[in-house]
Amino acid sequence: MLGLQILIDGFAISSLYALGATGFTLMFGVSGVLNLSHGSIMVAAAVAAWVIAGYLGGNPYLGALGGVGFGLIMAYATYFTVVRPIQRSKAIPKEETEIFVLTGTLLWGIMIQEAIAYFYTSNPKTVRPLVPGVFNFLGVRTPLNEVATAIICWAVIGLLWLLVNRTRSGKVLLAASINPRGVTLLGFELSSVYILVWTIYGILAGIAGVLLAMFLGVSSDGVGALTASAFSIVVLGGLGSVSGSLIAAYVVGYMETLTAYLISPAYRTIPVLLLLVLVVYIRPQGLLGRR
Amino acid sequence: MQKVRPHAKGIALSLIAAGTVLALPLAAQAADPIKIGVIAEAASIAGAAIPNAAQMAADEINAKGGVDGRKIEIVTYDDHSSSSDAVRAFQRAASDDKVHAVIASYISEVVLALEPWAARLHMPMVTPGAASNEISQVIKKDYDHNKYTFHGYLTSAFLALSVCDAAKDLLVANLHMKTAVVMSEDAAWTTPLDAGYLECLPKIGIKVLDHIRFSPDTTDFTPIFNKIEGEKPDVIITGISHVGVQPTVQWQSQQVPIPMFGIASQATSSTFWKDTNGAADGVLFQTVAAPGVAVTPMAVPFTDNYTKRYGITPAYCGNTAYDEVYYIADAIKRAGSTDPDKLVAALEKTDYVGTIGRVQFYGKDDAFPHAMKQGTDFVSGLLVQWQDGKQVTVWPTAVANAKLKFPGFVKLQQASN
Repeated sequence: MLGLQILIDGFAISSLYALGATGFTLMFGVSGVLNLSHGSIMVAAAVAAWVIAGYLGGNPYLGALGGVGFGLIMAYATYFTVVRPIQRSKAIPKEETEIFVLTGTLLWGIMIQEAIAYFYTSNPKTVRPLVPGVFNFLGVRTPLNEVATAIICWAVIGLLWLLVNRTRSGKVLLAASINPRGVTLLGFELSSVYILVWTIYGILAGIAGVLLAMFLGVSSDGVGALTASAFSIVVLGGLGSVSGSLIAAYVVGYMETLTAYLISPAYRTIPVLLLLVLVVYIRPQGLLGRR
Repeated sequence: MQKVRPHAKGIALSLIAAGTVLALPLAAQAADPIKIGVIAEAASIAGAAIPNAAQMAADEINAKGGVDGRKIEIVTYDDHSSSSDAVRAFQRAASDDKVHAVIASYISEVVLALEPWAARLHMPMVTPGAASNEISQVIKKDYDHNKYTFHGYLTSAFLALSVCDAAKDLLVANLHMKTAVVMSEDAAWTTPLDAGYLECLPKIGIKVLDHIRFSPDTTDFTPIFNKIEGEKPDVIITGISHVGVQPTVQWQSQQVPIPMFGIASQATSSTFWKDTNGAADGVLFQTVAAPGVAVTPMAVPFTDNYTKRYGITPAYCGNTAYDEVYYIADAIKRAGSTDPDKLVAALEKTDYVGTIGRVQFYGKDDAFPHAMKQGTDFVSGLLVQWQDGKQVTVWPTAVANAKLKFPGFVKLQQASN
């Protein structure tokens, strides 16, 4: 009974982690950008969904759609106002670009966080679930929303897989992550690849943020923790490896759930952090990392 | 260069001039504003109510001519829920802005960090919302040094008593409940609160099956609720303030069949219904004021005016901050001065009926010096429940405007027995 409970809860939260981390790792793989405003963009999308649903009389579908749209807008804003100017700046030496991007996105994330707290307070917000209610799964009372969360996450990840492996622009994306110079030599414009990856990232982060707000709720105070969890998952899975991140998301999700149920919810994140330290010592490239 | 010419008339004139110059500060002081610093958490709903309500009280007092002709000026600072920011604001308030008293914060940790600064800078300070017993214990330990702090909200120990008083009538007498699990966030204010719960619940006939303390940054409450459900208590007694929206939403989405009852500070805000998308339905919480409930004659006009001015109802610390400006002004009037020691002496004699009840402070030799007195004759507290988007008062019976009502998934196990 408890085992099944852990299995169900762990699956829902892990799927959400997987979705949140996929865009993050894909972006690093393709464009070398570690976007530290990740948590802020997720929360901004979620709060937008909450605000829009509020204005439109609580229609959860329109709210969710608006939230995802806002996530995309925020991703573009991050790229065009913060990341691209730094990447193109002649004043910044090439070898320092990554550090500047890290710092730039970190500060940008704090700006978004403060703006949310200023306009909508730091009180947590929740979005009405698309499917309310519970059902009895082999004796475990499971909210339908948890099931819907897992299904949506996997459907989106599946679509992404199709996009990357079965479409022309997806293949270019994959190629760019393996050898960016080779892609340019073949006559592809890297900047359009970057815009594609930021588009995918914005949609994924938006969906993850809105689902998180339906499942656990979001607050501008939680921005740092969200970025950190995506970061840990990506390091554990291997920087830039999407399949590594998916596996790592489940490792992290289940370790947290096991700890919360069997030891104490207060120590939820600690075993994962210990595991991360071990990974950095023993296998710094992560589970499926290439480098 | 001017040549000095000793001359009787000149000396007389300069004496007059000197006299005028000396007299000027006295004359000016009469019209100088009384400055009250307000340090609060602007980004949280409860915190934002503190400066808003204080400003409202100041405007009202000023409209009636101020205190002996002196206007009240509110100087506000945002502490971003951080002790170090609050300390910096406090120092600035005392040394740069030269305020005469400070109203500070609803977070116990922040107030405990400010307390030594109130002592060092001899700055009278009242907190509108922090609850930890420690605040008055610091005063108890070294009264002469720490007497500048006043606890303008119920101490955790009294909050627990207020919850138990209500539980006795509502849960034990009406619903015949016998068991409970205490669920609190791990913070300075809940340590004495939980101790109070564990002591007073058995006295009213409720057996405490378990006592759960969780980290205030918990986001997933599923394991906690599952554990509680396994223990089959009749009620969950809460002590939550930093969290609120998340446990409430998950309580509803998981359909935990056990009612929640106790302290839930976020639930006191009028936006809580919207923040939780209605998951708040049936949640019960202790507070000191509720919309439309005439705890005192001042209570309803205050809530109405505040709502008209700011668009939302005040959180609990809006009421206390509003009252505090009034009784600080009253104490200054009685002391006839803003001298810190005279002001502290006058504040100790406070007997003021504000928006939450009759405010008096315990004295130097009581168990909780400078803490607000709790009880039917002073501040008794209310038990409020969210029902269909509204906060309705269910206890005490004298002011109650509704009966207990729970959403369908809550099963009152003992009620049928």
